[in-house]
Amino acid sequence: MSFIRLEPRGQASKTMVYATPLLAVALTLLSGFILFLAMGFDPLKALYSFFVAPVTSVRGLGELVVKATPLVLCAVGLAIGFRANVWNIGAEGQLTLGAITGGGLALAFYGEGGWWLLPLMVIGGAIGGAVWAAVPAYLRLRFNASEILTSLMLNYVALLLLNYLVHGPYRDPDGFAFPESRLFEADAVLPILWSGTRVHLGALFALAAVAGGWLLIARTFIGFQIKVIGLTPAAAGYAGFDQKRIVWLTLLLSGALAGIAGMGEIAGPIGQVTASISPGYGYTAIIVAFLGRLHPVGILLAALLMALSFIGGEAAQIAMGLPKAITGVFQGMLLFFLLASDVLIRYRVRFGVRRAAA
Amino acid sequence: MPSHAETFPPVALPPRLELRGITKRFPGCLANDHVDLVLQPGEIHALLGENGAGKSTLVKMIYGVLHPDSGTMLWQGAETTVPDPAGARRLGIGMVFQHFSLFDTLTVTENIALGLDNAGPMDQLAGRIREVSERYGLALDPGRHVFHLSVGERQRVEIVRCLLQDPKLLIMDEPTSVLTPQEAAKLFETLRVLAAEGCTILYISHKLEEIRALCSRATVLRAGKVVGATDPRQETARSLAEMMMGAELSTPERPPQGAAGAARLTVRHLSTTSDNPFATNLKDVNFEVRAGEILGIAGVAGNGQAELMAALSGEALLADTGAVVIEGRSAGHLGPRARRALGLAFVPEERLGRGAVPELSLSENALLSGYARKPLVRGGMVHFARARAYAETIIRGFNVVAHGHRAEARSLSGGNLQKFIIGREILQKPKLLVVGQPTWGVDAGAAAAIHKALIDLARSGAAVLVISQDLDELFVLSDRISVLFHGRLSDSRPTHETTVERIGLLMGGLFGTPPDEDGEITRAV
Repeated sequence: MSFIRLEPRGQASKTMVYATPLLAVALTLLSGFILFLAMGFDPLKALYSFFVAPVTSVRGLGELVVKATPLVLCAVGLAIGFRANVWNIGAEGQLTLGAITGGGLALAFYGEGGWWLLPLMVIGGAIGGAVWAAVPAYLRLRFNASEILTSLMLNYVALLLLNYLVHGPYRDPDGFAFPESRLFEADAVLPILWSGTRVHLGALFALAAVAGGWLLIARTFIGFQIKVIGLTPAAAGYAGFDQKRIVWLTLLLSGALAGIAGMGEIAGPIGQVTASISPGYGYTAIIVAFLGRLHPVGILLAALLMALSFIGGEAAQIAMGLPKAITGVFQGMLLFFLLASDVLIRYRVRFGVRRAAA
Repeated sequence: MPSHAETFPPVALPPRLELRGITKRFPGCLANDHVDLVLQPGEIHALLGENGAGKSTLVKMIYGVLHPDSGTMLWQGAETTVPDPAGARRLGIGMVFQHFSLFDTLTVTENIALGLDNAGPMDQLAGRIREVSERYGLALDPGRHVFHLSVGERQRVEIVRCLLQDPKLLIMDEPTSVLTPQEAAKLFETLRVLAAEGCTILYISHKLEEIRALCSRATVLRAGKVVGATDPRQETARSLAEMMMGAELSTPERPPQGAAGAARLTVRHLSTTSDNPFATNLKDVNFEVRAGEILGIAGVAGNGQAELMAALSGEALLADTGAVVIEGRSAGHLGPRARRALGLAFVPEERLGRGAVPELSLSENALLSGYARKPLVRGGMVHFARARAYAETIIRGFNVVAHGHRAEARSLSGGNLQKFIIGREILQKPKLLVVGQPTWGVDAGAAAAIHKALIDLARSGAAVLVISQDLDELFVLSDRISVLFHGRLSDSRPTHETTVERIGLLMGGLFGTPPDEDGEITRAV
């Protein structure tokens, strides 16, 4: 009988399930206000330069879409897996592999490209990500190894592989030994959709992933099986749903989407293979998936918000000299408040020692 | 324990426990509505009611697990409140729960010491356990580890734990649901001795014949209210059931079995091995179920029922493909989906969490197994309109009380959910239906409806296999009965040629022994 107790509320209300992400955003803003105040900045000005100023220009809005694109691609795939209790934490590594394979194709056909090169790079990127995700799938089904650990560890392997490649085989022969590849030819670069910005064709891939993800979850029998396996594995066994198949499917799918995201980065805003292609999109996508309630449309909104925290962080660094860590602080606070309000919609807090008799 | 009841007539004493106007409200439901109950010293008092009538709530308030919103409780004539179970034990109230709370890896003495508020030194406690268990005929070795004990022996541990505290009121919740008839008879002797010594026993059970044999008084709850009190010895099981339901009970008639048809399920030399040390391996199980008949498999839980169900449903695949033959096709290597395609339908023992997904709606739960034999999926897409229509058909056809196809499975009572699941399987027109514990924890009205549905299915030419612990149910339903014990299956006997006593002996493991009608042999069990 501790002093603070959590009592189950019975049924969580549907409204609250969708209201809590908004509540979490509001609390994050409030905490940011207090934080800036404590650091001696004008809080309103700081919040303005973080959250509003970046999107007051066409260029800024474009950057928002550019950053949201890989987040959406990764998070839709992750969410489908999370719904089936398949915890792929390795989107970052799968994204990196997609960049390696997609970029490898661009470099291999350097100078002899054509219209077919981009589709080939998309397929190559998807396969690269899927192969990287197949490793944890195999280890889980063959040795019962937790995919949380294996997929996470493979992120570092992927990063080291990328480092090796840009220092070796991928290095620009005329690049004065800088660890980066040649700039891609026009045939290997995704076309710009919105002139004056860097918004590229990948944004349409992201929208397609949202639509396809929704269709899969809400309308197909595979989506129903994913739902049942996630909620009640025993009932899925009873119904005869093949759980191994679902593990393969969700991991390969999320790997492929992350791979396309990685390919989209090097063939889009970056335009070459470098040692740093992602500021942690694969990790942030985990937050995006939960913030969006594992629903593709929610993920779209959540990705825009998290993209804002990336560019807001950059803007605040430039405008006010705030440290780079501010981006991580805001992302962390957002996830914290979301999880905390999730607990509170399912439980109510009671203070004081329980009375002996009611 | 001095025997007051012998020396004083009960009327001279205040009641052991009196409840006046006890009311308890949960969100959205009035669980107990001004309940009055009087328990005299030395009486065995039955508490009757269908599922959800409020029996558990009432008993939990007496034992201090829950607290009433209003009403008074008088203990031996003095007003009292029971703050928690420890307080109840201090007053002299003991309770034996339906589900035991014992640690498998500890000894009997250690387990009992954990549950006592003042256990004392272990060797003294072992002596007291031996003394009490001998006095009440509850054979028990204090030094044994609990994982060696049978279910009946585990229950004895719980009872002895209560008796060590000299209870004046002992509450027993469904105590015989896990016992063989002989073990139950032994328990009744103990309870009668206790009552004769003045201990009051509050007895909760669905088994009405038991209550008629054991109890001198019965209070009937319906929808949270006391609707009557009676002397069960003056009633029939049927009249008691009707008091509980508030409606007339229709008992299904089992038609004489016609000529048995072709074998729809054949099990040959089925043996299993499991990595789980607590699983029961099946050992050379053989049987067949023919078109038009119902085969019952009796047995106390934990004798291999779960393993047999998994081997039949396809949830556990078999190395020997010919061990399970469905409709003439070897199916041991096939998963549930392929077996359903051969004509198998399946009702598992756990209805919430295996037979149905608690958080999903009834139409989604209709799809759960309905996809196999109904056109609910087309080109990989779910046909939601058809799934809804199928759920509505089940709800109407099997009188499922629910708020339409959108209701979540967990919002249904046990009986209604079971009607829904059985309906979902039967409406797929299976050639073979395997059912585990069809009416476990289901009230009399729903149980009668489920029994009728199973009999009708068999009459229409399907083969039905019922695996149950409830012998009364198996005798109502089955054409033939077999018994599962320690993973072995006895030969089947035609139901009309055997008796509850004989099957009870087989459930205690006396395979191959000529059945002895007087039940003396059970002491060896």
